[in-house]
Amino acid sequence: MMQMLQILNTAGSLVGESPVDDASIRDLYAAMVTARIYDHKATALQRQGRLATYAPYEGQEAAQIGAVAMLEPGDWLVATYRDAAAMHSRGYPWTQLLLTRTGDERGGHPPAGVNVLPPSITVGAHMVHAVGLGWAERLKGTDAVAMTMFGDGATSEGDFHEAMNFAGVYRTPTIFVCQNNGWAISMPTAGQTASETIAQKADGYGMPGELVDGNDVLAMYDAAARAVDRARRGEGPTLIEAVTHRIQGHTTADDDGRYRSAEDTARWAERDPLERVRRYLEAAALWSQQWQEGIESAATAAIEAAVEEAESLEPFTTGEIFDAMYAEMPQPLATQRTGAAETGST
Amino acid sequence: MTELNMAQALNAGLDRALTDERVVLLGEDVGQTGGVFRVSDGLLEKHGADRVIDTPVSEAGIVGAAYGMAIAGLRPIAEIQFMGFSYPAFDQIISHVSRIRNRSRHRFTAPLVIRVPYGAGIGAAEHHSESTEALYAHIPGLKVVVPSTPHDAYGLLLAAVDDPDPVIFLEPIRLYRSARGEVPEEPYTVDIGTAMVEKPGSDVTIIAYGSMMREARAAVSELAQDGVDVELIDLRTIVPFDSETILESVTKTGRAVVVHEAPRTAGFGAEIAAQIYENAFYSLLAPVERVTGWDTVVPLRRAERHYVPSVDRIVAAVSRVMET
Repeated sequence: MMQMLQILNTAGSLVGESPVDDASIRDLYAAMVTARIYDHKATALQRQGRLATYAPYEGQEAAQIGAVAMLEPGDWLVATYRDAAAMHSRGYPWTQLLLTRTGDERGGHPPAGVNVLPPSITVGAHMVHAVGLGWAERLKGTDAVAMTMFGDGATSEGDFHEAMNFAGVYRTPTIFVCQNNGWAISMPTAGQTASETIAQKADGYGMPGELVDGNDVLAMYDAAARAVDRARRGEGPTLIEAVTHRIQGHTTADDDGRYRSAEDTARWAERDPLERVRRYLEAAALWSQQWQEGIESAATAAIEAAVEEAESLEPFTTGEIFDAMYAEMPQPLATQRTGAAETGST
Repeated sequence: MTELNMAQALNAGLDRALTDERVVLLGEDVGQTGGVFRVSDGLLEKHGADRVIDTPVSEAGIVGAAYGMAIAGLRPIAEIQFMGFSYPAFDQIISHVSRIRNRSRHRFTAPLVIRVPYGAGIGAAEHHSESTEALYAHIPGLKVVVPSTPHDAYGLLLAAVDDPDPVIFLEPIRLYRSARGEVPEEPYTVDIGTAMVEKPGSDVTIIAYGSMMREARAAVSELAQDGVDVELIDLRTIVPFDSETILESVTKTGRAVVVHEAPRTAGFGAEIAAQIYENAFYSLLAPVERVTGWDTVVPLRRAERHYVPSVDRIVAAVSRVMET
């Protein structure tokens, strides 16, 4: 069995050397608290019928926020529907993340300069895109890298093989971050692969693989930082397996009681990625209830504002659904648009 | 002007495209061997291994990586070795390449060209003779181009590379060497989305594209000897469909025969016929005829001739519509 990297244990004690100083640990903690508030808010909005199906990431905040912390503005992130915490950390606004979940394509349009693709809904195909993005940056002569996030289920897709193989052969600056959260809807990881770990699959592609405690934000930061550095130096790709757990169902439409026990999740609650950092900070006299409440109220205000902004946007008119198919609308489509606009949506 | 065959014209087009530093060519065997049809012969030596890239046997990898490259600002040209091998990349094309512009509302775009040799007629192995352009024509967000002459192959290729949206570029295998013609020395493009009236006529319109243009031209000559004056249209682009040129012609002649080697049911000919019926019905003197491949798997070499539309079948269809 590969050794699993851990730096901060569940009691909040350092068992390895922190890659960052205490001020940065406070920032990482604040980002995780904020992300969890968003996750809970989004779930609540879905229950109120204000969002379409939502895929909660509770329990995976460290895996996401730790992984992307060392990325630079020019770097790329290609992630999934469960990776809003990572995407937001890279500058993807809450408003656009919410818009996507309300069922609006404008959620796929982050501001200029944010090199984060809209969340991939198909499972697996997007990993290859990160290979192409990183490869292009190298051909362009920049030192930008591309990170992709995916789940344990995605490693069963053929695209995982094609992406890993291409990245290995061409030594592209790609960082593969697998959040092994234990479940692909109802299928446990053990049913997904006969391999003892996902990290060891890297061997087959000639790249390093690292097994990391995905609920330890410092371990994730450390592993990702080394992988990013290596990619930036032209030393090729890395596969990181973040061992974590999906605390909620697959989506708000899922009933996880049909396939797993409450104890399963309760066990993981003890390994909560936020609580261990809070304990560390408290022991170092760097945490207070007042500071915590300050983070929470700032997060709530920002997310509420994003909800308001997203909900204030009028849905597309009939004609507008045609307007982003091509750079220049071909005549046959323009004709359809005119016809559709005349009859409307009735 | 130089006389080239289609493979040579495409080679010249790729060579020209590669003078733009954003352009890379990637695919199986495109470099060292110059491609299984030698279309990229000599380009590796000239433009280097960073720009002319031999890839693993990995169609989803080729198209998926090219898609990522395109988003990052390059202009990749991905080659799939045969149309029958394009399906492993189909998910990349339908789920990602074709829709990133819409799902990001113009924020990210995928200006890439996917070159696909297609069609029967060379007696190749199973899966090497497919003509499934309708699958790609059915996907919103793509353009589908298919030249029938060296001139158009060069011009459409450069237009496809310039295009801000993804283009499926079909290359008729049968015409790589048999189609010869004049190609100007100076670079030029042929507009995507414009059909061409290759030969004006007054009695009947034949609409064909790609590989079937050869049979269509032969049928036109044969029919001329019988006194039938055919207007021959080379579609050149399947999507976006140039309905204007087709409708103008059929309105004039009153008769239409649509030719493709793809299977009949839900082939692109059905769309062409439907558009004619919708928009030129009262000009029609006879029902629209379709001359197509059959709804069978493309037969292997020994029986291939039963499948690919022949000159005789086209002539017979024209004769039928001329009876009314």
